[in-house]
Amino acid sequence: MSSGEVVASYVVPVHPHTVLAPDQNPGWRRLRDAFDHAAETIRELEADLIVVYSTTWPSIIGHQIQADPNPEWVMVDHDFHDLGSIPYSFNIDADFAHAWDDANRNRGLQSRCVNYKGFPIDVGSVVALTLLNPDNRIPAVIVSSNMYANRSETTVLAKSCLDVIKAQGRRAVAVTAMSLSNRMFTDFIEPEEDKIHSLKDDEWNRKILEFLEQGRLEDVGQLSRTIHQQIRVQKVVAFKPMWWLSAMNGNRNDLSGRVLAYEAIHGAGGAVVHLDPTPSGAGDKEYDEDDVEYFHGERGVLDTVDETEEVQATPTAPTVEGSGPALWEPTAGEGSVNTEAAPKPVGAYPHARRVGNMLFLSGVGPRQPGTNSIPGGPIHDKDGNALNYDIKAQTHAVVDNVKRIVEEAGATMDQIVDVTTFLVDMKRDFQGYNEVWAETLGKVGPTRTTLAIDALPTPIAVEMKVIVHMPE
Amino acid sequence: MAKGKIVAGCLAPHPPHLVYAENPPQNEPVAEGGWEQLRWGYERLRASLAHIEYDAIVLLSPHWQTYVGTHFLGLDHFEGLSVDPIFPNLFRYHYDMNVDVELAKAIHDEAAAAGLPVKMMENPDFRVDYGTITTGHLFNPDWDKPLVVISSNRSTAYYSVEVMQEIMVELGRVTRKAIEASGKKVVVLASNSLSHRHFTTESEVPEDMSKEHITSHAMHLWDMRMIDYMRTGQAQRILDEMPEFTEQAIAESDGGGLSWLLSTLDVPDYPAILHGYGTIIGTGNAVVEWPCHAHEVGEA
Repeated sequence: MSSGEVVASYVVPVHPHTVLAPDQNPGWRRLRDAFDHAAETIRELEADLIVVYSTTWPSIIGHQIQADPNPEWVMVDHDFHDLGSIPYSFNIDADFAHAWDDANRNRGLQSRCVNYKGFPIDVGSVVALTLLNPDNRIPAVIVSSNMYANRSETTVLAKSCLDVIKAQGRRAVAVTAMSLSNRMFTDFIEPEEDKIHSLKDDEWNRKILEFLEQGRLEDVGQLSRTIHQQIRVQKVVAFKPMWWLSAMNGNRNDLSGRVLAYEAIHGAGGAVVHLDPTPSGAGDKEYDEDDVEYFHGERGVLDTVDETEEVQATPTAPTVEGSGPALWEPTAGEGSVNTEAAPKPVGAYPHARRVGNMLFLSGVGPRQPGTNSIPGGPIHDKDGNALNYDIKAQTHAVVDNVKRIVEEAGATMDQIVDVTTFLVDMKRDFQGYNEVWAETLGKVGPTRTTLAIDALPTPIAVEMKVIVHMPE
Repeated sequence: MAKGKIVAGCLAPHPPHLVYAENPPQNEPVAEGGWEQLRWGYERLRASLAHIEYDAIVLLSPHWQTYVGTHFLGLDHFEGLSVDPIFPNLFRYHYDMNVDVELAKAIHDEAAAAGLPVKMMENPDFRVDYGTITTGHLFNPDWDKPLVVISSNRSTAYYSVEVMQEIMVELGRVTRKAIEASGKKVVVLASNSLSHRHFTTESEVPEDMSKEHITSHAMHLWDMRMIDYMRTGQAQRILDEMPEFTEQAIAESDGGGLSWLLSTLDVPDYPAILHGYGTIIGTGNAVVEWPCHAHEVGEA
């Protein structure tokens, strides 16, 4: 819908051998050459952002995002300190980091940015950015891997990242810094003795790589629990990076994959894999876990909440302060289409209703599912005092919400035939709204009517009424 | 040369919150207090050992995690800035510490002779882990004793608690042997929590003690069971129940520190002194001293 997109994805190994000792082992050299090849491809793609999900940066308090614009230090690996030191000075996109942090919270995730001199950037991120972005030309962002997170939290983390990539129109490269099998030899070995720790690990690694070469990333994601049981040392509760990477690619199984190298690093399986978003025509998904747009996990652990009371109070419960009237559960009736991925209604109505091959959406605003927050900010505070707000961000959020409802109904955005837009301040907002329209729904081509109105029920500036014509 | 000896062994947890709450000049963030039961427990531990002479501190830290063998700091001096990668908002500590390389090498050599994979860490750019710094500061804020710092081999993750404990009991045995051969008086510290399930959220004011409690009743029961064994001189039962404790309480004993400590003390059958217990972001932590000096032959 918008111009932002993931232009390439990479799986890369985490250990420092490829930086510090590529010529001590032919396999390490092949991995290094693959890194160099990947760096060249990223340059040719004119990517303007590298997003690293690192399995060697564990976190406990949700996910952490590096937001120091220029972190500098010298990294020494805890195990392989005798290989040497890696000085680093990275170009971090702090603005993107903060926007991702906001987007995470909009989707129910615990998240925070870190910006501290001397923060110890983990070995996986240091290796990835040192080799994939050697001249620091492309700004990067790094996110931690929460040690307690499971699939839903990790998937939503990727979706919130995509929210920002799309909103900012970025050409992003998604990178998972990870081993395949991660069992290393527990004794010291000479470089020439290196090999995958066991035949079983090697067989599983090759199966994963076969899937990736076929572009079947979502299949690998759905095998993550099995992979964790079979070839992962149980350091954390789950093998997560493929969940994140698959969600970054729309949970697709038809990417174009290429394994650039696969070798052992002290027994662990290290691979450099390029996943191109160009459809390969590979197979459909054979098995699909529930998709998730919003994280409902173990928030509120610190505060004891009477959940019974909370549920009973839902229809009349106060909303986020300043965000307007009480929220309702969407009503369920014949043809109703409702989704957790869209904001709750402010009255007794469904998100959409299907009649024959026509789908009619209730008015859709920019409020975020779960938090009820308003991207771009509310138009006034709880006392009615006017606030500055970003009409473009609000309009983008409206379109995203429309998309979620339309897709929940099994339709697609290009089937939208008519839109009525309501603006509370035509003079101020029409231009910004119109720009976002041109980038999004304008490319689809529905008829459109834009009206100025006095107010909307919540402190938002824009709402759309959408009609979709679905195939029989 | 007189025979060396261990004068005390301590369970000395390392959550950075404790340093944060004390506001030492080395740490950048500023707190309004918090976790007093544990911090005052450390005060009591320091007072308890104030009259005891010793030459060095031997510390095993679960936050220097090594997967290939057990490693020892191998240079005389380390200084720099330690930023906790998990709680950087609480811990950004400027450290300056000395290492007893001679004793570290002696333990390393004994371990190698016993067949354990070991390595000396001699890279001057190496950043000392925050677990070592936190326990080092809380036990000896003056930093006037040299340390021996031992990494935590992650054999629990690779194999099982049983295998980990087998390795750590052996590492403890050779640690004791090397200390005795060194002629030095030494305090040994295991830098780990007991139950180790964290909250995944943090209150707006991290030191808000109204938010602090154990994550579950089961964790509390396990912590009290282990502490009771310590208080009643039943160290062997701790070792016996280590697999169940480690798995069911998600205990930080998975890093091997507690097993190693009890082995260096030759599995003591005398009561330990509980100086303090408290929770930190939901995890269970105890400051415990085994007063070896009072249980030597002729002194008990």
